[in-house]
Amino acid sequence: MTIAMFLAFVVATLGITVWSARKNTGSSAYFAAGRSIKGWQNGLAVAGDYMSAASFLGISGMIAFFGYDGFMYSVGFLVAYLTVLFIVAEPLRNAGKYTMADLLAYRLKARPVRAAASLSTLTVSTFYMVAQMIGAGVLVSTLLKDYTWITPNSAIAGVGVLMIVYVVFGGMHGTTWVQIIKAILLMAATFVLSFLVMKHFDFSFTKFFDAIAHLTYTDAKGNEVTRNFLDPGWKFGAEATAKTGGWGPLDLFSLGLALVLGTAGLPHVLVRFYTVPDAKTARVSVVWAMVIIGVFYILTTFLGFGAATLLKPHNIANENMAAPELSHFLGGDVFFAFISAVAFATILAVVAGLTISASTSFAHDFYTNVINHGKEVAPHKEVRIARIAAFFVGAISIILAIVFQNINVAFLVGLAFAVAASANLPVIVLSVFWKRFNTAGAVTGLLVGLASSILLIILSPSVMGIDGPEVAAAKRRLIQASAIFPLTNPGIVSIPLGFLAAIFGTLFSKREPESEAKFAEFSVRAHTGLGAEKATDH
Amino acid sequence: MANPTKPDWEALAARPEFAELLAAKKRFIIPCCVFFLLFYAALLYMVGWHPDLMKKPLIGKINGAYLFALAQFVMAWGMAWIYMRKAAQLDRMAASVIRDEKH
Repeated sequence: MTIAMFLAFVVATLGITVWSARKNTGSSAYFAAGRSIKGWQNGLAVAGDYMSAASFLGISGMIAFFGYDGFMYSVGFLVAYLTVLFIVAEPLRNAGKYTMADLLAYRLKARPVRAAASLSTLTVSTFYMVAQMIGAGVLVSTLLKDYTWITPNSAIAGVGVLMIVYVVFGGMHGTTWVQIIKAILLMAATFVLSFLVMKHFDFSFTKFFDAIAHLTYTDAKGNEVTRNFLDPGWKFGAEATAKTGGWGPLDLFSLGLALVLGTAGLPHVLVRFYTVPDAKTARVSVVWAMVIIGVFYILTTFLGFGAATLLKPHNIANENMAAPELSHFLGGDVFFAFISAVAFATILAVVAGLTISASTSFAHDFYTNVINHGKEVAPHKEVRIARIAAFFVGAISIILAIVFQNINVAFLVGLAFAVAASANLPVIVLSVFWKRFNTAGAVTGLLVGLASSILLIILSPSVMGIDGPEVAAAKRRLIQASAIFPLTNPGIVSIPLGFLAAIFGTLFSKREPESEAKFAEFSVRAHTGLGAEKATDH
Repeated sequence: MANPTKPDWEALAARPEFAELLAAKKRFIIPCCVFFLLFYAALLYMVGWHPDLMKKPLIGKINGAYLFALAQFVMAWGMAWIYMRKAAQLDRMAASVIRDEKH
């Protein structure tokens, strides 16, 4: 049953890929879907790109196990779109072509800026993708555990191959439609699941919240306890983190900062704004995305609290299985199969979105502009390079995901947001609003933001720490020594560092008259849309 | 390619309408960003450092922490709605800057 639903989704999306492959008649079609996607469609696609399995399974599971604190992720993920809406979406659409680096290279020296921006794009995408694929391996092999030939390794390889097919043949058209279908499926699944939870409580919020506030279950030590799952502080509270050596509230603050500022620097979200005809449509699509994403993240509490009250945490296999097990409890085998297929679709769509943004950056920023000095070598060459890059990005991610499959994926996702917030966002903001900003500042900002977030995560309790003998070998941290940096999330230090590096890199280097002279042109274009890339086909 | 003649960017940037557009944008976007960042930071601060205050039930069993989190969603949607209305005016100002250009 479950496998039939998985296959139905795969067949449908491959059909879309074949259909959209015929539309890929040039660079703009392949990289930006001919800039012909409508506002509401792109809103759904942004939502589809963004609502990963980490959100659907991870957040509902975190709420089921840690109560209210899991909801903190949901809040940050939505509020983050205000940064996208106010600061990034419109100037990016007006001044750029295919990638984030286009915005920076408009008036700065193209080669160094693109090389650094491409490095940071590839880093963010790879970390995010490996996290998704490790999750996919565990999830698919758990959901399809009746089939012995499906192991985490074969599941990772399967997801990887499908994602390469979508991106190589479907291009941005195909990837966009995969996102749209996935977003609709995920919303439908979340609505039905929330509806069934409320039906269980006779559609009475009083009954539902009473059950959440007095939840009796068996804790890890085997004691029966009653707790209020609406209370904050289980995951980020001072008490909760005292025994792990964490910094509790400050860690929450640092996480929140990375979420709210990182989204506007995520490459797979940014490239979506190039698929629409103009900046106005880009703005409309952000608002559509905010409506969909907001409703979805509010509903994560119904899934999480629903799983906690109806199943009890001690009956749930692990954090990622809260939503699927809830669906089995409420809707039986068929509904479980549907929810599992939706989770699978979610992972596939997100990795496809990441792959296309990474391969576009490699082909457009690195190959065309850094290696070939911005000269188009031959027609369609850029697209061919992107297809080859997509193949390699996919293959490398499959290998990394298999090699590191026991690593804690939450820190990989945290790292992606931290790098996006610390490296990408400062240079985007400064290049739009600061005339004096120059190449040296952009490169220093990108590299310091990138290096400091990676270094701080390596020194943090996510990677460093002394595990007791009770911790299984596979779950032990990589460096068995006490952590040097106390916070799990580096944002609170690395984001200011990224900004400072970009600012001081500019002030301590020679002024760039050419870049400053081009600021007038850049500003007019970014704020009025004059000369912006037009829609090409249809 | 769309423009047979290159726009005179310097002249456009020097137009008073363009200065007005930038000033109007700044007057709107900066206070909005400061507000939403502070509103969001307030949730993190209250939940992180004053959990006991936030645990108080306000409506039935629903506590301040959950209500404040829901308020963030309402705030984000509200800000987006306000911006959409403001953006119509900003679009008209932008159009008047480039009214003489073929585009």
